Amino acid sequence: MDALALTAVEREALWLSLKVSFWAVTGSLPLGIACAWLLARREFPGKVLVDGLIHMPLVLPPVVTGYVLLVTFGRRGPVGQALWEWFGIQIVFTWKAAAIAAAVMAFPLMVRAIRLSMEGVDRGLEQAARTLGASPQRVFLTVTLPLVAPGVLAGVILAFARSLSEFGATITFASNIPGETRTLPLALYTATQVPGGDAAAFRLCVISAVLALAALVASELLARRMQKRLRG
Amino acid sequence: MLDIAVRRLQGAFTVDAAFATPAAGVTALFGRSGSGKTSVINMIAGLARPDAGRIAVNGDTLFDSAAGIDVAMERRRIGYVFQDGRLFPHMTVGANLTYGMQLVPAAQRVIGLDAVVGLLGIEHLLERRPAKLSGGEKQRVAIGRALLTSPRLLLMDEPLAALDETRKGEVLPFIATLPKQFAIPIVYVSHSLDEILRLADTLVLMEAGRAVAAGPLEDVLGDLPAAGPLDAGEAGSVLATTVEDHDAAHHLTLLRFAGGRLAVQRMDLPAGARVRVRLRASDIGIALEPPRHSSFQNVFPARIVSLEPPVLGQVDIRLDAGGAPLRARITSRAAEAMRLEPGLIVHALVKSVALTRGDMGRHSPPPLPPEEDRP
Repeated sequence: MDALALTAVEREALWLSLKVSFWAVTGSLPLGIACAWLLARREFPGKVLVDGLIHMPLVLPPVVTGYVLLVTFGRRGPVGQALWEWFGIQIVFTWKAAAIAAAVMAFPLMVRAIRLSMEGVDRGLEQAARTLGASPQRVFLTVTLPLVAPGVLAGVILAFARSLSEFGATITFASNIPGETRTLPLALYTATQVPGGDAAAFRLCVISAVLALAALVASELLARRMQKRLRG
Repeated sequence: MLDIAVRRLQGAFTVDAAFATPAAGVTALFGRSGSGKTSVINMIAGLARPDAGRIAVNGDTLFDSAAGIDVAMERRRIGYVFQDGRLFPHMTVGANLTYGMQLVPAAQRVIGLDAVVGLLGIEHLLERRPAKLSGGEKQRVAIGRALLTSPRLLLMDEPLAALDETRKGEVLPFIATLPKQFAIPIVYVSHSLDEILRLADTLVLMEAGRAVAAGPLEDVLGDLPAAGPLDAGEAGSVLATTVEDHDAAHHLTLLRFAGGRLAVQRMDLPAGARVRVRLRASDIGIALEPPRHSSFQNVFPARIVSLEPPVLGQVDIRLDAGGAPLRARITSRAAEAMRLEPGLIVHALVKSVALTRGDMGRHSPPPLPPEEDRP
């Protein structure tokens, strides 16, 4: 049974991974829904540019994304400096940086899933709600959002899984600090760099796989329940 | 009442319609597919914005391009029953019904949930989800949902078009009772003459985006040009009649109208009930003398009002039977041989009478909703 028990290092990395991913997804979800709505429902000049910008992290080398974040949020960076001077908040080399890196990397996947789902919503239902006396905001909250719930769920799970596996941008932006930014993939990488670390690396691989599988199963179960609700 | 004059360019098509309707009863917007009927009610509801014009309901201006008024659709208080129902799939029937109702201040709710649920016969559906309903049930729920917002005007866009004949029979009687039960004026879009004859008091005829005629149904239908919005075979007249008597032995019902009496297939209606009948022009012949030995039972004298120019050897003749407008269609050769001309008194021979099943419209008390039609 001892083989199944997690070591302190493993527990730390797992807990950190979950925490970073949770905040990455939770923090970016409102913006993700807003962007999905913007792309699915609005026509505006520069839409292609916005769309491209959101999808950039998908095609850029993660190190580039991490470096851009480092330059932006660093103590001397435009955002990082303001945060430090006004609020005393430091981002780089903390778990918050890991969360931001994960959020940015996962954002395109989240927006994509929600957007597709939103494009599938029958606009006629929204019109019907308007004729029944509902304001646009109410229509969004009571009709659009419940109908895109399966898409939101898919987006959240995808983003969560992507956040768990984030490596390149994190190590560039947040660095590899035990207990602060050393998430599962970073711990795994570290183990591979140590002579005789194969066993530890293998255990971290298994933990990562189990975690990913659990997320997929959970999303499948939730999706089925939502479908059932819609079908009555 | 509804007072509307709007213009809107939709692609290569321009809707340019102006008409007014009475404060009560059912107004039918009638015309071929693509004549702009739905565009007009979408503008009334606020789903589409006119390029120019004015829309007012009961004296309240909803839209006026000159005055810069454009009331948001959720504040227009106009009910809309869509062709495809558009029930919210993520809510139960009960939640669908009350969705709009709960947004109306209690003081303005003049229509109660129990009354609507009872009238539409949907008590047993309240817990279900729309996906589990039949087409007819869906439309009844959609009607109830719109009614429960206590609208000042109810728009219905071909609410029966997506239903088969049986389902239509499930829903039509409910619609027919609405104006009496709830005193809400209805604008009903349809291209089905049958539905309109059963429901409408007022008719607005749409053709190529324009309202070409508007007025009491009998007047408008009786005065239709032959090449109008009706298929050639449908042209004819509509008579308002009263049930006078029944001839049980011959399975007949006698109807009285301004020009005389019509014997039709027996109807289950009491004497005095009002019935609308439709006489197709192609079902009416003309004789100079009253036929003495013939199978025609429905013959009455009429005066020729005018002869229309022949179309493909057919002449439409407009007749006046004691004040009731009739239209007969005969061959141009027969018209010439009989030397028909305006003013001449002739005899109209009615071959058959298209009855509207039951009597409808403002002339009649509403029929009771049928017993529960499904287990």
